[in-house]
Amino acid sequence: MDLIGNFFVTLAMTGAATLLALAIGIPFGYFLYSNTRYGIAYEGWLAAAFAAPTVLLYPLFLVIFGRSHATLIAMGFIPGAIPIIIQTRQGLLGVSRTLLNVGRSFNISDRDMFWKIQLPSAVPTIFTGIRIGVMYTLVNIVAIEYLIDFGGLGRIVSEMYFRFDTPGTYASIIAVVFVSVFFYWGFGRIEKWLRPV
Amino acid sequence: MAQTGVIQAASVDKTSVEASISRIRLITLIGLIAAWECLALLGSIGVLYNDVVPSAWKIAVAIYGELVSAAFYRDLGITFAEHIVGFIVGSAIAIFLGIAMGTNPLLRKALEPYLNAIGSTPKIIFLPILFLMFGTGIESKMAKGAMSAFFPVVFTTALGMLLINPVLIRVGKSFNLSKSQMIRKIYIPAMVNPIITGLRLGMAITVIGVLVAELKFADGGLGYRLGIYYEQFRIAPMYAIILIIFALAAAANVGMTRLQDRVNRHMAPTTAKGKKARASASGGLGVVATN
Repeated sequence: MDLIGNFFVTLAMTGAATLLALAIGIPFGYFLYSNTRYGIAYEGWLAAAFAAPTVLLYPLFLVIFGRSHATLIAMGFIPGAIPIIIQTRQGLLGVSRTLLNVGRSFNISDRDMFWKIQLPSAVPTIFTGIRIGVMYTLVNIVAIEYLIDFGGLGRIVSEMYFRFDTPGTYASIIAVVFVSVFFYWGFGRIEKWLRPV
Repeated sequence: MAQTGVIQAASVDKTSVEASISRIRLITLIGLIAAWECLALLGSIGVLYNDVVPSAWKIAVAIYGELVSAAFYRDLGITFAEHIVGFIVGSAIAIFLGIAMGTNPLLRKALEPYLNAIGSTPKIIFLPILFLMFGTGIESKMAKGAMSAFFPVVFTTALGMLLINPVLIRVGKSFNLSKSQMIRKIYIPAMVNPIITGLRLGMAITVIGVLVAELKFADGGLGYRLGIYYEQFRIAPMYAIILIIFALAAAANVGMTRLQDRVNRHMAPTTAKGKKARASASGGLGVVATN
């Protein structure tokens, strides 16, 4: 049943969706931070979207993209981008006044302010968003794979069940558990390393 | 109230900010609907696939059509029953286990790695096992709902137990309260808030868990209805069902948040790091509880 190959399919989908979520989520989070009114206006909506059952949108993407990798990436992107946006804004809002004032007293440009002060000091919080985003992306992609019988690990689970291959079903379920435990553990380690406590 | 000019100026400023915020919201909404209508228009003249994006009016008609059909309420009832049974069973076990974990460090250390591990996997992947155990009927969805509800509730309950303000416990001890009095007068009031937070999260996740299970395999329920519409390519009713589900989920979330606010007003400083506990529970910062 080629668990390794299918693992890499799922991994590639998760990676693509995560990159897309980062590329859109971080700039958008920065936009919401620098335009306070937009930030406040969208804050509640983002929180609602984070709690909403976005996984149910998949028939919509099936209709638009068909049963293709694009559907998987789009479905992974939505739940991944929202926590990244929220946490990017939170992280930038939490940058200490003192650091900002130091930057101002050195009279540095906005660009340097962002790269040398705001971003480094917001990284731990942003990374929390990235960790949550990646987990949600992975989970949603596996769930959609299972639901539409397409793609990597999720499809294998569904296929084994339909073949009445009970040992195969359990084996593929355990594979999924291992993958998500590995992700959970790995990102937890990176987060601890990034957060200077 | 605003007797001096300064305060008046400040309050005017505040209302103007609020006005501009609601203006931004309104403009965004109108923009989204306009963009949607443009897509629908492109679809109807054959640039995009026809009917993939139905116009907002068609969706509104479809929502009305759903709300007046008896079959919709039958499916709603099935989903509701699955959700409620799953939610109650899952969260009852979770509260019990969470309290046990909070009071017994050995149990917590033993169970936590496993719970964290399973908590971050997509629960839907266990659906084949649930189908094997409970059949493909309504029972397996209840089991799925219980499974979805369990994890967020157990995490927040255990965390809430750990973060109870030690001063409260010391006060109880110095009054020489008996064990049952400690539970009734100290622990239960202090645990109300974290447990409600957990229940709110669990409720939202249970909705997703149940509906996703129905989409895979069912003979009734809103998820099943959504799947049928997709298979028959009836796009407007499909959007209608999605929107109705979103509205119901949002309403449930708002209701639970209101309840939490009410409780908060009565008993605010119950946890040692109340703010931290709430942030990590509601933002999902501590754990990722997944559908």
